[in-house]
Amino acid sequence: MAELTYRDAVARGIAQEMERDSDVVFLGEDIGKAGGVFKATVGLYDRFGPLRVRDTPISEQAIMGAAMGAAMTGLKPIAEIMFSDFIAVCFDYLANQFSKSRYMTNGQAKCPLVVRTANGGGARFGAQHSQSVENWCMMIPGLKVVAPSTPLDVIGLLAASVRDPDPVIFFEHKSLYATKGEVPDGEILDQLGVAKIVRPGTDATILALALMVPRAVAAAEKLKAEHGVDCEVVDVRSLVPMDTQTMLGSVSRTHRLFTVEENPRLCGWGAELVSIIADEAFYDLDGPPVRITTPHIPLPSTDILEDLAMPSVDRIVETIRRSLGS
Amino acid sequence: MPQLGETVTEGKITVWFKSVGDAVAPGDNLFEIETDKVSMEVPATSAGILKEIRVRQGEVAPVSAVVAIIGDNGSAPTPKPAIRKKQSPITLEPYNEVHTPARNFGPARLANGVTVSPLARRLAVEAGVDLERVKGSGPFGRIHAADIEAVRAVQASTAAPTPAPRTAAATPVRALYKDVPFEEVPLDAMRRTIARRLVEAKQTIPHFYLAIDVDITRLLALREEANGALPEKLSINDFIIKGFALALQRVPAANAVWAEDSVLRFRHSDVGVAVAIEGGLFTPVIRRAETKSLSAISAEMKDLAARARERKLLPHEYQGGVASISNLGMYGVREFSAIINPPQSTILAVGAGQRRQVENGFATLMTVTLSCDHRVVDGALGAQLLAAFKAVIENPITLLI
Amino acid sequence: MATKHRTEIAVAEGLSEELRLRMYRIQVELRESEQRAYDLFLQNLVKGTSHLSLGQEAVATGFAAAMEPGDLTFCTYRGHAHTLARGVPMDRVLGELMGRDNGLLRGKGGSMHLTSVEHGVMGSYAIVGAHIPIACGAAWRAQYKGDTDVSTCFFGDGTTNIGAFHEGLNLAAIWKLPVVFVCENNLYMEYTPIGDVTAVRDPAAGRAAAYGLESIIIDGQDADVVYRTAKAAYDKARSGGGPSLIECLTYRYSGHSRADPAKYRPEGELDFWRGKRDPIRIYRERLLQAGISESTLLEIEDVVRQRVEEATAICKAAPPPPAELLTTDVYADGGWAWRN
Repeated sequence: MAELTYRDAVARGIAQEMERDSDVVFLGEDIGKAGGVFKATVGLYDRFGPLRVRDTPISEQAIMGAAMGAAMTGLKPIAEIMFSDFIAVCFDYLANQFSKSRYMTNGQAKCPLVVRTANGGGARFGAQHSQSVENWCMMIPGLKVVAPSTPLDVIGLLAASVRDPDPVIFFEHKSLYATKGEVPDGEILDQLGVAKIVRPGTDATILALALMVPRAVAAAEKLKAEHGVDCEVVDVRSLVPMDTQTMLGSVSRTHRLFTVEENPRLCGWGAELVSIIADEAFYDLDGPPVRITTPHIPLPSTDILEDLAMPSVDRIVETIRRSLGS
Repeated sequence: MPQLGETVTEGKITVWFKSVGDAVAPGDNLFEIETDKVSMEVPATSAGILKEIRVRQGEVAPVSAVVAIIGDNGSAPTPKPAIRKKQSPITLEPYNEVHTPARNFGPARLANGVTVSPLARRLAVEAGVDLERVKGSGPFGRIHAADIEAVRAVQASTAAPTPAPRTAAATPVRALYKDVPFEEVPLDAMRRTIARRLVEAKQTIPHFYLAIDVDITRLLALREEANGALPEKLSINDFIIKGFALALQRVPAANAVWAEDSVLRFRHSDVGVAVAIEGGLFTPVIRRAETKSLSAISAEMKDLAARARERKLLPHEYQGGVASISNLGMYGVREFSAIINPPQSTILAVGAGQRRQVENGFATLMTVTLSCDHRVVDGALGAQLLAAFKAVIENPITLLI
Repeated sequence: MATKHRTEIAVAEGLSEELRLRMYRIQVELRESEQRAYDLFLQNLVKGTSHLSLGQEAVATGFAAAMEPGDLTFCTYRGHAHTLARGVPMDRVLGELMGRDNGLLRGKGGSMHLTSVEHGVMGSYAIVGAHIPIACGAAWRAQYKGDTDVSTCFFGDGTTNIGAFHEGLNLAAIWKLPVVFVCENNLYMEYTPIGDVTAVRDPAAGRAAAYGLESIIIDGQDADVVYRTAKAAYDKARSGGGPSLIECLTYRYSGHSRADPAKYRPEGELDFWRGKRDPIRIYRERLLQAGISESTLLEIEDVVRQRVEEATAICKAAPPPPAELLTTDVYADGGWAWRN
């Protein structure tokens, strides 16, 4: 057992898989010699060498395309896109190419690749380097979407993603890189499509992802201590494949639903979950499902403004309290 | 308590075939219910042990109420649903990736304007709680699950419910006759339904009545000729049913029902026919009567009447219809007016055929009285319908072509 | 780096008769098959759109003949010829165009996505330039694993102006990947003359220097020239010499796609290319000059036509794909379940 930072967990997860399977290769910008701009891939270059850990030019499309070509012909590439905002630069590969080629070729083409990228705000990097874009990806048929919130989940879900025969986009959260968590020794392997109840409760279900998970837990603690409201927090972890059963089960017990989403309001990941739950579990709901999100604005860079935009613990507490009180 | 028929709101469990502790397999008959009209056996759909009987023999429960619990072998029943454990993933069907609930537990807004949460609506139906009587604790009296739970808690703590609660009106009646020997006949489901529906009909439908005498001499002759050629005998009522259907077809504006905010005018004439049975009556419906031959109508009526007497009619066989016929002629009644079966708009009361003196001798005349719902059928229209009926019956060959 | 125009080569020197007859046969197959696809379109048996390679047969043929069996190809939506040239059966290709169950992709991909992994046809790509980095990835894998196959990436003149071209060429050059980039310059970027939209005269060869590559531009209507150039590029790549960029001058007889009657061409241009510059006519004449008998060539042509008829009959008799196919193979498990 050891305490590991989220960023060290990334390196450990990649190393675990590269150690296990020589077909796992890794490419991206400044990931090798420099150990990554977030220092999340330190040590991999020294350990696995320049043939397996390749620094690329600033060429997101080439990175994605090369990952796809390598995956189609036998390798298991991990490709880094430095900031998740940049998937917009190479979106063709996510949206049109590797997510669809298996289907279009009637099963002939395979793309067992992983795109890992640093997602989310809170680091004062401004509108083009702080977005949460997991929702941009969950709407693409054929693409799996994962977003861990703890170091343990980073390793386990990254390992599961690498071993998954389908293309997976793995959203690390840049504001979680410094957080720490307990991680056991030895190989760690988790499962895609499994959500986790990180705080059991009885009065309401809160669905959260990545950075919003610790905030939701903190809000739940405050709600219990100050208002006697006992919320259940579910870490969604995997948007596609989606663990609807755990979430439906939770709502069937608590009868109220909240989501805490970092993405801006429209078409955030919670919109889809709320829709599914409001449909299938309509008669389990004792009140309207409520989404707590960043307002539908680009993210400002100044700390005070950015903190006003992203859902804060206090805002989560206040929204839930008011909603349950009525 | 299963749903049988649109207007059925409750059922009485007349027999329990299983006892608590018995093993149950799918298909085993669990209990027999009596709804307002029929008796039916209800089989189990799952396997297990009968853990709890909540509605006992002789008791009444609303449709959808939980009447019993079947549990797993050896395990205690859980009062609240646990976290759904999935053994295998859902097989996704195209167009059905998300499963909308099959059951609708009622509107979000009650007639009195109060809103009800979806969960509260479901709990109310499952517990047999009347939402109109629930005090909501939410804003503007909105009803939440907790409010239903509160009512349920009160219900559970009182004694077992009696089938026919004594109403305030019943007590002075008994008191009035307290010194007179009487036998108290409990109301069965049919009697209660008849009472309820006919009071409703008389109170809400603006009835008016039109009478006409119909010469059935030629009809009787035709019937004799037909019955000479057929092994199965036609009754006069069979002719009347078809005649009424043809009349309704000739006066389409009367082939209609009242639908609160509109009038529904039908293409076909589904005619209900009152059948007296012991303890009450049924009105099975002959669908599209105008298209059926006399012998088809006759055979159908024989079957329906037989099953009505055994109280084995299915709801779809006595629901709906655009108009009805009630024939008391076989009892010698000369003339009477019947009460309309809502939501129909007319009912034809048929009296006995009698030899009466007419202008140039004697003829067999039958007095029929048409009750009309003035919201749908005005005087002139009712008169036209009756005139059409008379024309058909007095020229009975039209029933055959 | 000096520009070399390899338009003068001692043609046919050292090429075996068997090889050359094979190349003739392939070109005739491509021509007859595409012509049949066009006719089927007019009969409304080919739906949607398709992009024909009529007139560009020599490029596909020359490269295919020069490849080793394990080599991989990546082509564009104008990929019927490239697919057929690698030995994919005609009825599978026509069947896919006609949306039948016998199609190469059982009707799920269509004309623009023809793929046969078994033959090394690693996809036809409908997004311009997308496959250039993908071909680099396949080549990277070969380099990494020590495999000896080479990837060939076919694209048009218009592709040289899209971002992925630049990124892919740059990556291939710096990593010295075993990939051959082939630009089929048919003079038109969709409906526009390539000169109007390109900053240099030779859209591919004129950019080679930007990636430290040799500028190569050849007569794409001469299958022997194409073959020789291809062979040299493959030898170079296979021996670790890195990528090549080859511009082939060619012409398409039909419009960009079915919707395009190609009225933007100047008067006489089509007739010129169809006449003197037709690759099959050029090759035929050269074979006759080399002593191959007319009857040999006629026999080849007859066999091809017969095979086109057979393929057409198979496809016309084939049923459409079944409804159950709709949700298959989204994921590796064969299904499409995004939720539990």
